[in-house]
Amino acid sequence: MNEKIFQMINPQSFPTPFCPGCGHGILMGAVLRAIAELEYDMKKMLFASGIGCAAWIPSPHFKADTLHTLHGRAIAYATGAKLFNPKLKVMVISGDGDLSSIGGNHLIHAARRNIDMTVVCANNGIYGMTGGQVASTTPIGSRTITTPGGNLERPFDLCKLVEASGATFVARQPVATPVPLTRTLKRAIAHRGFAFVDVPSPCPTQFGRRNAFRTAYDMIKALKDSCIPVEKAKGLAPAELRGKTIVGEFVNSTD
Amino acid sequence: MQGDEACAEGAIAAGCRFYAGYPITPASEIMTHMVRRLADVAGVFIQMEDEIGSISSVIGASWAGAKAMTATSGPGISLMTEGIGYAVITETPCVIVDVQRAGPSTGQATRPGQGDVMQVKWGPHGDNEMVAFAPWSVQEMYDLTIKAFNFAERFRVPAFVLADEAVGHLRETLVVKEEVEVFDRFKAPNLPPFGTEAPNGVPPMPAFGEGANLLVTGSTHDPWGFRKTADSAVQARLTERLVLKVQDFKSEVIETEAHLLEDSEIAVVSYGFTARAALQAVKSLRKEGTKVGLLRLVSIWPFAEEAIAELGKRCRVIFVPEMNRGQVAGELKKYTTTPVISLPKTNGEVIEPAEIVEGIRRYEV
Repeated sequence: MNEKIFQMINPQSFPTPFCPGCGHGILMGAVLRAIAELEYDMKKMLFASGIGCAAWIPSPHFKADTLHTLHGRAIAYATGAKLFNPKLKVMVISGDGDLSSIGGNHLIHAARRNIDMTVVCANNGIYGMTGGQVASTTPIGSRTITTPGGNLERPFDLCKLVEASGATFVARQPVATPVPLTRTLKRAIAHRGFAFVDVPSPCPTQFGRRNAFRTAYDMIKALKDSCIPVEKAKGLAPAELRGKTIVGEFVNSTD
Repeated sequence: MQGDEACAEGAIAAGCRFYAGYPITPASEIMTHMVRRLADVAGVFIQMEDEIGSISSVIGASWAGAKAMTATSGPGISLMTEGIGYAVITETPCVIVDVQRAGPSTGQATRPGQGDVMQVKWGPHGDNEMVAFAPWSVQEMYDLTIKAFNFAERFRVPAFVLADEAVGHLRETLVVKEEVEVFDRFKAPNLPPFGTEAPNGVPPMPAFGEGANLLVTGSTHDPWGFRKTADSAVQARLTERLVLKVQDFKSEVIETEAHLLEDSEIAVVSYGFTARAALQAVKSLRKEGTKVGLLRLVSIWPFAEEAIAELGKRCRVIFVPEMNRGQVAGELKKYTTTPVISLPKTNGEVIEPAEIVEGIRRYEV
């Protein structure tokens, strides 16, 4: 399998630009494994991304057509390409700030249209590339370079946002559990309609070191320990779910 | 037929098969006509969530192989501007129609203006060499839309049809030619899609799904699309070529029309709907024996600097009526030392021939 994965990557794109301990490399591997296991032809796929660390997961690494767009606009660009050539298998891989803040309008409208594409949000809860500013996904109380006293705003639950907008496949799996993540990505990619996967991915450089995570290992361990399957979470009160990462499939319909 | 509808007909004739738009006065009729006409030719239409989405999906569709267009007015151009810059650096052919209304900001949505001349040229950050045409009739809404598509494909650039409310909502007879000259982008699978050996070349453009492993990025990139964000030689070569590929061939694009200029001592330079009033003004002044003529700018960008320099040598004064505070008048002053007198009008109404006559007389007294 690893041999197959390396053939899907542009050799001249190594080394990757990601910091030590960044979760995006795990996500990159999981996406490629999912595609390889599905036996999809990379030459018939289009990978669109916006601006930020996560946008570099497909571009320039993937040996396929890649469209590295403006900040926030990947879904809108991908919409045009998909509509004109419906044979293209379209994936958008980008970050939380890109997809849900500056690009939030395109995210909810693509979900509403149920346009056939897979959107993967590499969600590190911070603007990493620009130095660690607060995001619309940063937990309350977290310290960032623009919230030195702790974040006062409530974060988006992106799965709930996209579900309410009409997406027909919605799931969350963190990079801390790469096997279930790959399994979920496979189902999302094979889904016909708008599929969204929220992938919590640690940023030790910009988030971890300002929030008492001494090492990247501590951070990914904390992420893993915070996970609770959606089935188990159903019976719990909001207070019991505070600080938890609810994982699993929230929506999977063929409507 | 209405000007906006003629623009849509021109797009279809040029081979446009993708349209994305967002409602805005006074350009909406282009969208409502395109939705029906694209259905006739098995094209794709989508009404997007905003103008940013419109230009974004137009660029995406263009890379999927479509001749693609959007139409809007000033506020929409403002929103699209970042995307237009992306089309410049990624060399994405597309057509943007700007049916200008009275600004700034929301201004007067149903009233004409010509205040976007500089916006379409200098809106995006960084250098560029834009292509823009200014139709003065329903016929030209058709003809110049076709030209905009041809130059967009020829140079791999975003190209503008810089119309205004008056010409967009004008109703006149449209003559549709049986055969239309259409230019298509070229493909060469083994050549790089983002660079040429010549410093002013236009590279081939493959489409998504053709196995080219395209790397399209708005960051500075090498000829194969790899990001080179700290290489000054790559930055210089790319930015120079993006300008030179149009600038060195601008004589193909630049189009002017001379009316009664042979023996003129006084010239009027005008464009778009205003040029109709200017022609009437010139004709009535001629009846009184004033040696005055009109140079109409059919294309606005690249600017007709040689024609203006030549005009300046032959005439002792140049008047420029326009529905803004002198945007083109100011541009003229870069290319001639002959006095240039701006005749601006910004009250949201078209310029009347009598106002131009009066403006010229006031100076000539």
